[in-house]
Amino acid sequence: MSMASVSDPMAVPASEPVLAVRGVHTYYGAIHALKGVDIDIMDGEIVSLIGANGAGKSTLMMTICGNPQARHGNVIYRGEDITRVPTHEIMRKGIAQSPEGRRIFPRMTVRENLQMGAGITDMTHFESDLERMYTLFPRLKDRQGQRGGTLSGGEQQMLAIARALMSRPKLLLLDEPSLGLAPLIVRQIFNAIRDLNQSEGLTVFLVEQNAYHALKLAHRGYVMVNGKISITGTGKELLASPEIQAAYLEGGAH
Amino acid sequence: MAALNAAPAAEENIVVASLKDAILAGVLALILFSIIVGLRTDAGAGGLQITTEWDRVLWMAAVTAVGRFLLNIFFWKRAGGPKGLSDVLPDFNRAGHVSRFLGPLMLGIAVTLPFIVMVLVPGQSRYYVDLGVLVLTYVMLGWGLNIVVGLAGLLDLGYVAFYAVGAYSYALLSQYFDLGFWVCLPLAGILAAFWGIILGFPVLRLRGDYLAIVTLAFGEIIRIVLLNWFELTNGPNGITQIPRPTFFGLDFTRDEGGFADFFGLEYAAIHRIIFLYYIILALALITNWVTLRLRKLPIGRAWEALREDEIACRSLGINTTNTKLSAFAIGAMFGGFAGAFFATRQGFISPESFTFLESAIILAIVVLGGLGSQMGVVFASLVMIGGFEMFRNLEEFRVLVFGLLMVLIMIWKPRGLVSTRNPTVFLKERKAVSADLVSQGEGH
Repeated sequence: MSMASVSDPMAVPASEPVLAVRGVHTYYGAIHALKGVDIDIMDGEIVSLIGANGAGKSTLMMTICGNPQARHGNVIYRGEDITRVPTHEIMRKGIAQSPEGRRIFPRMTVRENLQMGAGITDMTHFESDLERMYTLFPRLKDRQGQRGGTLSGGEQQMLAIARALMSRPKLLLLDEPSLGLAPLIVRQIFNAIRDLNQSEGLTVFLVEQNAYHALKLAHRGYVMVNGKISITGTGKELLASPEIQAAYLEGGAH
Repeated sequence: MAALNAAPAAEENIVVASLKDAILAGVLALILFSIIVGLRTDAGAGGLQITTEWDRVLWMAAVTAVGRFLLNIFFWKRAGGPKGLSDVLPDFNRAGHVSRFLGPLMLGIAVTLPFIVMVLVPGQSRYYVDLGVLVLTYVMLGWGLNIVVGLAGLLDLGYVAFYAVGAYSYALLSQYFDLGFWVCLPLAGILAAFWGIILGFPVLRLRGDYLAIVTLAFGEIIRIVLLNWFELTNGPNGITQIPRPTFFGLDFTRDEGGFADFFGLEYAAIHRIIFLYYIILALALITNWVTLRLRKLPIGRAWEALREDEIACRSLGINTTNTKLSAFAIGAMFGGFAGAFFATRQGFISPESFTFLESAIILAIVVLGGLGSQMGVVFASLVMIGGFEMFRNLEEFRVLVFGLLMVLIMIWKPRGLVSTRNPTVFLKERKAVSADLVSQGEGH
């Protein structure tokens, strides 16, 4: 079951990006958080965005989702300008997000959380999608009757990603999936993301502080400094760049 | 050997500790009661006069200290004994597990209550059926508010506004357009839902404390408008002679063509009370049924998800605006139904019946019952409304008992009487999950 099959009417020509961010400026009141950001995400790519705390990484991700909306510039998804589209409608266009801090529903069971993720689809694939998530993250199957709030951090992150995938997205936005997790769990989660990308052609946009893992996984990467993109290149190039090594990889691989 | 030697020492420690604790409690009681009981004001010649009653204060402090000491020795400080209230009192959370039997049992009692009462206490049956009507009204209001507060997590302190809208809708429609109860009942619900949406719009962006304050203000606005719009609502004088409900066109009167006459029964005033009882029972059951159905539908799940995390909801493509408005509208609608019933039951309404205290009581029922729990609302209504009535002969001390009860429930069950939530989807077995492990309901 492929998520982006060849016969898909929504498919875009290979040359055109799935998601294009063009000169986006975002403000929080008077604070100028994004100062003209340009990003392209091609079909089937994993793109990582790295940067320090407060650089505006999460703001960019939230701007793509329309909350807050960009004051200037455009967000274009599959040729359609979604800059002024309400968040809940953006999320119904084949984009799914695993938000920062996971934000699973703590008092709902794992199964109910996953059901919430599938809420906007027609539910006909619910059981088979559920099985697919349990194959991807077997831990969730063991925990399916348990409340979200009682899961460990790693399990919650798996649940947040699985919940996002339940809506059968074409583009998955991940905000800091490695935050506060043990290295082993981080590797598991990143492996799962790579599997999804390779087996189903899922396009992934990843915002990360963990530069090493994020760049190793990504086809291409962007580095954000103070609300602007400072460097861009393939994952390998960025990993090898002395500048990046000095700023983000000090102390070597994690 | 060591254990044997240690035992008497531990025993002695318990006595000393208990003694200290008892003296502290005695001193506290002395201070508290010296103000509450020790000083009494009486109206005398030339203004208020203070009478002191120190002997009563000393008695009360002594009773407190001795009682505390005995409780300490025999219960609290004893190894293996109950540690607190929660060990002594029954666990209502089991209600979640045995609700398969408890629900039908309660329903059975509710349906047959008028007849049970007539057999058991024939002399006072009118009083008890009337009390049943009162409790059921609050059960219905509690269930209605539970949609807004318990499920959608929107803390509404002005719920009484919709109760008032429902009551006045019926009263005014019957007064100006001569419409009957059964025609006005759905209209009252629709109008209340409409006002629910009107309130919903300005508060869409608010959460938690801010939402609570705005809804509180909304409740007051409605009451003050009703109070001051004299031409329409007759202001503080209220509306009188609101028509009573009819049974398929039959009035509950002594005349020919009335209910008793039609069925060949001897006329009795209690027929109407029993009829009212079944109306409110039916309305309450409809509220419950609709809520339980909605919880299983996408909209109900969206409400619960909204309570848990609004940002996550939006990231999953849920339209939070519509979700919130629908919760306000449906909650308000049931408040409106209950209001129309209240108007027809009383036959007289005035803005005085719709004060903030009513909102507070309904909210207390929902919170004490356990946010989101249907059975909890029933228990809490029984305890708060029924229990409050039971202590009627204590006169002004009734409020004291009411407060004590609230404190006891909060110590014993800080998350409400029934603090479990049943998942709406489950494999094979419906496992109730306790709220103790996760965040406390905060209404945002």
